[in-house]
Amino acid sequence: MAGFLQQIVTGLGAGAIYASLALALVLIYQFTGIVNFAQGELAMFSTYVAWTLVAAGMSFWLALVITLVVSFVGGMLIERVVIRPVEGAPELTIVIVTVGLFIFVNAAAGWIWTFLIKDFPNPFPGGALELGAVTVNFSTLGVLGVVALVMGLLYLLFQHTKIGLGMRAVATNPASARLVGIRVGWTLALGWGLAATVGAVSGVLVAPLLFLEPNMMAGVLIYAFAAATLGGFDSPVGAVVGGLVVGVAETLAGAYVGFIGSDLKIGVPLLIILAVLLLRPQGLFGRAAVERA
Amino acid sequence: MRVSAIGCTALLLLAVAACGGRDSGGETAAGGGTAAAGQCAGQQTTGITDTSIKLGGIYPLSGPASAYGDIPTGIKAYFDYVNAEQGGIDGRKVEFVVRDDGYSPPKAVEEARRLVEQEQVFALFQTLGTPSTTAVWDYTNQRKVPQVFVATGASQWGSNTEHPWTIGWQPDYVSEARVYAQYLKDEKPEAKVAALYQNDDFGKDLLGGFKKAIEGTGIQVVAEQSYEVADPTVDAQMGNLAESGADVFLNITTPKFGALALAADAKNTRWNPLHIVNNVAASRTVLEPVGFENVQGVMSATYYKDPNDPTWDDDAEMKLYKQKMQQYAAGKDPNIPYHAFGWAAASSFHKAMDAAACPTREGLRDSVRNLDNVEVPMLLPGITMKTGPDDGFPIESMQLMEFKGERWELIGEVIDTRAQFGPPTTE
Repeated sequence: MAGFLQQIVTGLGAGAIYASLALALVLIYQFTGIVNFAQGELAMFSTYVAWTLVAAGMSFWLALVITLVVSFVGGMLIERVVIRPVEGAPELTIVIVTVGLFIFVNAAAGWIWTFLIKDFPNPFPGGALELGAVTVNFSTLGVLGVVALVMGLLYLLFQHTKIGLGMRAVATNPASARLVGIRVGWTLALGWGLAATVGAVSGVLVAPLLFLEPNMMAGVLIYAFAAATLGGFDSPVGAVVGGLVVGVAETLAGAYVGFIGSDLKIGVPLLIILAVLLLRPQGLFGRAAVERA
Repeated sequence: MRVSAIGCTALLLLAVAACGGRDSGGETAAGGGTAAAGQCAGQQTTGITDTSIKLGGIYPLSGPASAYGDIPTGIKAYFDYVNAEQGGIDGRKVEFVVRDDGYSPPKAVEEARRLVEQEQVFALFQTLGTPSTTAVWDYTNQRKVPQVFVATGASQWGSNTEHPWTIGWQPDYVSEARVYAQYLKDEKPEAKVAALYQNDDFGKDLLGGFKKAIEGTGIQVVAEQSYEVADPTVDAQMGNLAESGADVFLNITTPKFGALALAADAKNTRWNPLHIVNNVAASRTVLEPVGFENVQGVMSATYYKDPNDPTWDDDAEMKLYKQKMQQYAAGKDPNIPYHAFGWAAASSFHKAMDAAACPTREGLRDSVRNLDNVEVPMLLPGITMKTGPDDGFPIESMQLMEFKGERWELIGEVIDTRAQFGPPTTE
């Protein structure tokens, strides 16, 4: 029983990591209606910025603030320079551009910082909470806490602010949004900036656990997609619940389902994506898109 | 719509890959090849003249295994040094062309074709990684191009008889596994071993070799867990292994996962097994991010001199290496062991060319398969390169080491697995 509970805790820890990146995916989808394959790599790049500042002697928290600002500006710049030229193009075009961005950012990080793994300071204490026979690391609790906070902020942004309303309008119908006076270009840039900021939070959270290297986020991205698909691409709560469910399901399946074992563990999120797309395409917490016939 | 967009992206990527793999035919072989005269009559001299020799290497300069991208830096420094100060290898200036395959086998094949057919290299000197090398070796052997001293320890480079043009260099994973087995037999004859291994040829080769080597002893493998290179963490696997209650943990991983497993072991205060990490993940650059205080007493095995070990401070070869690295690879840290690895491999190639009867592709192929205890100064004292008709493994000896303070310390004697176990087999 203790073993089972420990597996669940391990799964929640992994799930919190997936959820943190899934939040950035959900955010950019809300703003722009596209799936950004480069989100994980942008998060990794932001983390390197933070690492460089800390390595230069800056305190962690100051470095974090600067990193978030740099990421926000960087995200907006990418929208202006890379995405703007293909704005309004078919989804496939934009998806391809984000795939290109993925490859470019990954290679650039390797070129600048090399591919050697680096340790990243952990903002949370190193110890663990002992609950009977179950060990919960403080860093796991810390990641869960920050993820919950970001989720709450995003929920407020989406549901209770004018910006949130505007961006939902832009994502749904850019032409009509423009006609009612919403500055579509700025809204899209804002979306990229905010998503890059949330991604940076995710990168800084996971780097102490996974070690910083240019491919740090590549594995996480697959699971984050599964989390966002499961929870619904338009729901921050869904992304977090989805991430936790994916993390726990994957860990338990690996430990207790004999033929899956560790070998097929990575297939679990893909099965989840497939099952959700077949049975409930909008995800657990998502709203089904209604289109006029 | 979105699903179809993503699907189309995947298809497009596939199509690009398919186009990249087109066959350009065999004309270049007939048109571009040259042959020798005299006692070496009829042998291939493509890529080699009296004053030059052109080599091609394929490494993951990008992608998941790009930490190995430092190896060609050490190789280049060695060849630049030999070119500038010794007039090259036997009067032949070495040109070393490096290509990036991103650790992707299809790209490795493409780059191998480009090197052989367009660059007209004399030989492939090192392809890195078991998957990429396996993808390339049918091609090199059909074209009769030497593919020497490949940077992977799979036992098939030595045991396979259908690919005479391909040969390994570093101790194969089976030999390495035997070193650990031998140590446990002596020190912990009742050991219960938990193993984490990469789910591919590399991981299975080492684990298989280990299981074979402990047959008939009191040592048992009580738990094993695998991971995929795409996995973000190995925490779940480590949790499962800890529950086995094993007293030895065998860490069969590539660098990043090695670090993740070392960190997970350090974090778990309830499970404190003897931690053995395999050589490919034992670089100091892997242990440093984990924190040296967390990896005290971890064991591994090695075969070449570690630039961080003060034992070699007065060693002639190590001094030469550090000085020439500064001169020919300015700005690169000579203490990174991958640089020393590259240097050692390049110097081994130099020795093999010196020993070749003919300066031809056939000459190189025969030379690397007939090495008679060739000394390579960068290897540990007591370790030499030896091959023969029944033995395709240049290096089969290793020495154990333990991490103390901020570096590895060699312990015990060099273990010659050839003497202890005979040629490697996995069956």
